[in-house]
Amino acid sequence: MAKTSTARGRELDRAGLSDEQLVAMLRNMLLQRQLDNRGFQLNRQGKIPFALGSEGHEAVQAGAAAAFVRGRDVLVPYYRDLGLALGVGMSALEILSSMFARASDRSAGRQFPNHYTNHDLGVASISSIIAGHCTHAVGIAAAFKYRNETGRAVLCTTGEGSTSQGEWHESVNFAAVHALPIVFLCENNEWAISTPQTMQMRVANVADKAPGYGIPGVVCDGFDPIATYKAMHEAMERARTGGGPSIVEAKCYRFLSHSTDDDDRTYRSREIIEERRKLDPVPRFEQVLLEAGVVDAERVKALRADVLRETNEATDTAEAQPYPTPESLYENVVDGPYEPWRA
Amino acid sequence: MTATAQQTGSTVMTNVEAVRSTLHDAMVRDDRVLIMGEDVGARGNVFLITKGFLEEFGPQRVVDTPLAEASIVGVAIGMAMEGLRPIAEIQFADFIYPAFNQIVGEAAKTRYRSNGDYTCPLVIRTPYGGGVRGALSHSVSIEALFYHVPGLTILAPSTPADIKGLLNAAIECPDPVLFLEHKKTYRSVKGDVPGGYYTIPIGKADVKKAGTDVSVVSYGYNLHQALDAANRLEGEGVSVEVIDLRSIRPMDKTTILESVRKTRKLLIVHEDNKFGGIGAEISAMVAEEALFELDAPIRRLCGPDVPAMGYALPLEEEFMVSTDEMVDAMRELAKF
Repeated sequence: MAKTSTARGRELDRAGLSDEQLVAMLRNMLLQRQLDNRGFQLNRQGKIPFALGSEGHEAVQAGAAAAFVRGRDVLVPYYRDLGLALGVGMSALEILSSMFARASDRSAGRQFPNHYTNHDLGVASISSIIAGHCTHAVGIAAAFKYRNETGRAVLCTTGEGSTSQGEWHESVNFAAVHALPIVFLCENNEWAISTPQTMQMRVANVADKAPGYGIPGVVCDGFDPIATYKAMHEAMERARTGGGPSIVEAKCYRFLSHSTDDDDRTYRSREIIEERRKLDPVPRFEQVLLEAGVVDAERVKALRADVLRETNEATDTAEAQPYPTPESLYENVVDGPYEPWRA
Repeated sequence: MTATAQQTGSTVMTNVEAVRSTLHDAMVRDDRVLIMGEDVGARGNVFLITKGFLEEFGPQRVVDTPLAEASIVGVAIGMAMEGLRPIAEIQFADFIYPAFNQIVGEAAKTRYRSNGDYTCPLVIRTPYGGGVRGALSHSVSIEALFYHVPGLTILAPSTPADIKGLLNAAIECPDPVLFLEHKKTYRSVKGDVPGGYYTIPIGKADVKKAGTDVSVVSYGYNLHQALDAANRLEGEGVSVEVIDLRSIRPMDKTTILESVRKTRKLLIVHEDNKFGGIGAEISAMVAEEALFELDAPIRRLCGPDVPAMGYALPLEEEFMVSTDEMVDAMRELAKF
């Protein structure tokens, strides 16, 4: 199993990424962290009923986003993919509108936060059903192949818990049999709510399942955005050029509880989390870029300030928008009027 | 892509031939249409519906999927989200349960949860129903499980001409459609099918026989038995009006109420189990809207509330509603 990891220190293996791209990755990670925190703040203030955190996933998602080609690829995400959603072009305002359940949210306030949809950007609509989206991702990839569209791939993301679902298995199997242009990125943060990976599967790595389907599988360091980018770029390019599907497993960690309705003190020790916090990808990547001379302290300060400004503006704008009307409940059940009895 | 609306003369065909020729024409007419399911390619479907399609249209458009119903539907959903018009087949309705999650939790909600950002123009076709010695897992009716779900369209045409018109409508429909084909009628029901391309409006029932004394609402194989029963009763001076539902969701309120207001007596016949079957919804609607126009309680003649029909002939016959039972029920209701 191939494992990639970036060398640290002044000699930076930048995997062909420019300074601008590296800074964009850092900004994405900072914005994800900031918006993540904002969700929790708003929830604790009683302003929004629910928030889902993604702390620990910033490097995976910035790296994967850098390997995504806008206008060509399609993302079929799961609900912890805030950074990926931002990284493929969704805005802080879209995120906050969804948190506040406003009418201006693309789902018109119907969906939970982090249940993205943006057809224009190539972000598929998802439900809360774990791994329910995987077969759709395969279908979208099948459509690319059906229309002989090369240079396009589907990025389907899950956690490690999803890989226990029968539909994840069926999706990978179908994609493998038909050699479809899709990458299954597993963001392994070790926890499915309170279920640790050891109670989810017998193997040490999700990527170990790949040979069972006859496809490549790699493990990469999900705390390192460049390492993740490298693994994802290779996998996505393979898919885009007719090389078929693969599994990329990025090892990361879930620093927070599953959501604001979960309390991980009931099933995880504080010591383990503190230990893992030392790997926090956000300050680590800041440090990596500082040491490599890609940014200086002033630049980092400016980025942080800009990300905070963007978050504050989006919060204020979204909060001031109206809720969807009760009448809107009846729209878009089917094309045309919502009537089980046709008059 | 759009074909001529010209009538090119009608052909007599069976229900299964109507499915086959409609699918074939759709494949020729619209290159976004593809067929996927178990054994639909090399075998040409276990009822030979797609025989020859693989050779004519190729493996991209006639896809032999792995043996996995959830992904047959789920992958088709993804294709539909991406702009294709997939027709997914579930080999027997009894096998649809693993796909329930995808049909009810995903397909039915794609447009709704995204407020129209994504849609799901998907057709799921499946043979249902008994009377073919199919036993416990090749005979069930499934419409009651799905017709409850907003976002789904459920069709169950009983004649070849209706099959063609409604299957075309299903393929055109921008939302997910469950298209139910009663397998006992595949080869036993024959009829005239107009040539050329046409659709029948979804949600429209059809009065297959006009009458004045009793309204009978049915579909599938029972529909044909109801017509036989009604014809027998003509000889006794009882005039039965037989309504072919054709569309389970949405359902045609106007045709049902018009008929009930005329005859003032309603009999609902369906093969599916009685408790919670679609007859219950029809009964509730008629009671709500036309209670004082009824001259008798609403009557439902349905399959018994047991899990399925058995393999042994006496068990199958006990389960299936017989034409004689229909004659008795219609006569009793007429006399009430």
